[in-house]
Amino acid sequence: MNLRRLSLIVVPYLWLLALFLVPFLIVLKISLSDVALSIPPYTPRLDLSEGWAGFKGFLSQLDFENYEFLATDDLYWKSYLSSVQIALIATVLSLLIGFPIAYGMANAPSEWQPTLMLLVILPFWTSFLIRVYSLIGILSQEGMLNQFLMWLGVISEPLMILNTNVAVYIGIVYTYVPFMILPIYATLAKLDGSLLEAAEDLGCSRAEAFWRITVPLSKAGIIAGCFLVFIPALGEFVIPSLLGGSDTLMIGKILFEEFFANRDWPVAGAVAVILLLILIIPIVLYQRNEQKIMEAEQ
Amino acid sequence: MPETMFEPWNDPAAKPLIQFRNVTKRFGDFTAIDDLSIDIFEKEFFALLGPSGCGKTTMMRMLAGFETPTSGMIMLDGQDISPIPPNKRSVNMMFQSYALFPHLTVYDNIAFGLKRSAMPKDQIDARVREMLRLVQIEKFGGRKPDQISGGQRQRVALARSLAKAPKLLLLDEPLSALDKKLRQDTQFELMDIQEKTGTTFVVVTHDQEEAMTVASRVAVMDHGKLKQVDTPERIYEAPNSTYVADFIGDVNIIEGHATAQGGTMAISWAEGQSPIIGTPSEPMSDGKVSFAIRPEKIAISAERPTDRNNVVQGKVLDIAYLGNLSTYHVALPNGIIIKAQTANSRRRASRPFTWDDEVWLSWTDTAGIVLEN
Repeated sequence: MNLRRLSLIVVPYLWLLALFLVPFLIVLKISLSDVALSIPPYTPRLDLSEGWAGFKGFLSQLDFENYEFLATDDLYWKSYLSSVQIALIATVLSLLIGFPIAYGMANAPSEWQPTLMLLVILPFWTSFLIRVYSLIGILSQEGMLNQFLMWLGVISEPLMILNTNVAVYIGIVYTYVPFMILPIYATLAKLDGSLLEAAEDLGCSRAEAFWRITVPLSKAGIIAGCFLVFIPALGEFVIPSLLGGSDTLMIGKILFEEFFANRDWPVAGAVAVILLLILIIPIVLYQRNEQKIMEAEQ
Repeated sequence: MPETMFEPWNDPAAKPLIQFRNVTKRFGDFTAIDDLSIDIFEKEFFALLGPSGCGKTTMMRMLAGFETPTSGMIMLDGQDISPIPPNKRSVNMMFQSYALFPHLTVYDNIAFGLKRSAMPKDQIDARVREMLRLVQIEKFGGRKPDQISGGQRQRVALARSLAKAPKLLLLDEPLSALDKKLRQDTQFELMDIQEKTGTTFVVVTHDQEEAMTVASRVAVMDHGKLKQVDTPERIYEAPNSTYVADFIGDVNIIEGHATAQGGTMAISWAEGQSPIIGTPSEPMSDGKVSFAIRPEKIAISAERPTDRNNVVQGKVLDIAYLGNLSTYHVALPNGIIIKAQTANSRRRASRPFTWDDEVWLSWTDTAGIVLEN
């Protein structure tokens, strides 16, 4: 292997090493440490001045105590489960909302499509935090949604939406639905219209052609969109802490509280490592789906 | 010629399978089909031929049910089909892009239409296998469309559109994606399959050679109108307009003024040249005409021929050697260029004429077509 090819491979791996693997190892090490009243708030700390013996002593102080603690306190596994549940439901909701939007975009006149695409991306031009705060204004008891519904006469008492799981779902779906729309739109826009005509020609009704041709052929986009929503939603912290209530259990929120409220970095580290392990499964599946798309396009 | 020639269009008792009656189709301001009427008969291999934008594809899409006529009526088997959606018509179409379903195997592609019908499962299997055999792709039933070659895909598309045994099969530029050699072989196969299945084929093409080879009748279209509907032979040898003469094959067109002279017309076309003697297909009055003559009907010689009425002298300007034929571009003294063609029937013959040679062109009284302007 010549030097140029080697350097081409080495550069991205160095990047991953510096920005992913090293931070991960640091977090992993913290998760194996004990909480302490110091800066930083854990012990032991690696001191290389004592040489090999010091390193061995350092290793001997690491243990899995924090993981055992996570297993004994049901708050944690309940939070993980609840996070998975909320992320799953939000993903399904995003699909139900995102697919029709993507379908409409792909079937819109071609001169409109760039504009529609822009409208989907437009919210990203504003800070995520500001958008979530503005949702508070919309969803609160005196918020615009309640005022509007009361003006319509649908309800007589303002609904309690903010600080419930409903608000969390609204927040996640609102934030992540573009990640659902874009990959689905990409596959639908590539769909050859003559396939649908062929299906009709061979005896399908419009609806049947949709289920037998459009849906299977946009499968890759649907899968990609679902992962792109599910993965960030699972570890979401800002939305549940700003829009959710005290009974909204999400692991991102727990993680934040362990770090900043409890200053228990080792437990927070353990929470983060477990979260990463949970996320590896969908990430690997997502990568495999992407690879399949690439292969299909070749 | 056999007595049982297939010519239902000459039989007044024959009932047409498809009738276009004063069909007009407009897209906004654009008139794609302009008051068009035509009859197509059962078991015909009918070709719609014309340049792109002439309306041939619109006609086909109206037959398939993807477009409805703005006015007029289309009848299939004596029934107005305008209100029938594409999925309820006994018409199938082979798409130009083939439109094979990429997520289904070849087998499932062919079975797709059958599964939508009321056919029992075991019969579907038998029918799919029959179709695979018909187009000779039995080995590829389990493959996906992207795992077979372009020629095989074309066969799958044909098999899929034939599987439901439609009354009418529409073929949209069926061979345009194949290379020339494969296209020629496939043309004959297509004719075989049409004969074997007895299905009425309507093929849309811009390739005149393809239309001439496969079709029992050819309709030449231009700007939403039919210019001529006839057998390939008559389209070529007896075009009814300069448009058709020019569109099909190579032709020399000479403008002139015709005067009747017994059964023939004398066409004066240039100062100092004796008039061209031509035979009109039907009696016509004196006036301005176009004289159309195919290059292969013109003989080229070094000596002045004495046995023909139409003789002109000129100078060889260009020679196109095509292997089987050579085309000579001969400039007449008045600047008109006439194309003459000779068959290279002998392998070792040295080329008889070369550039700037003075040559004589001649043709018989019936070699050309006299067309009224």
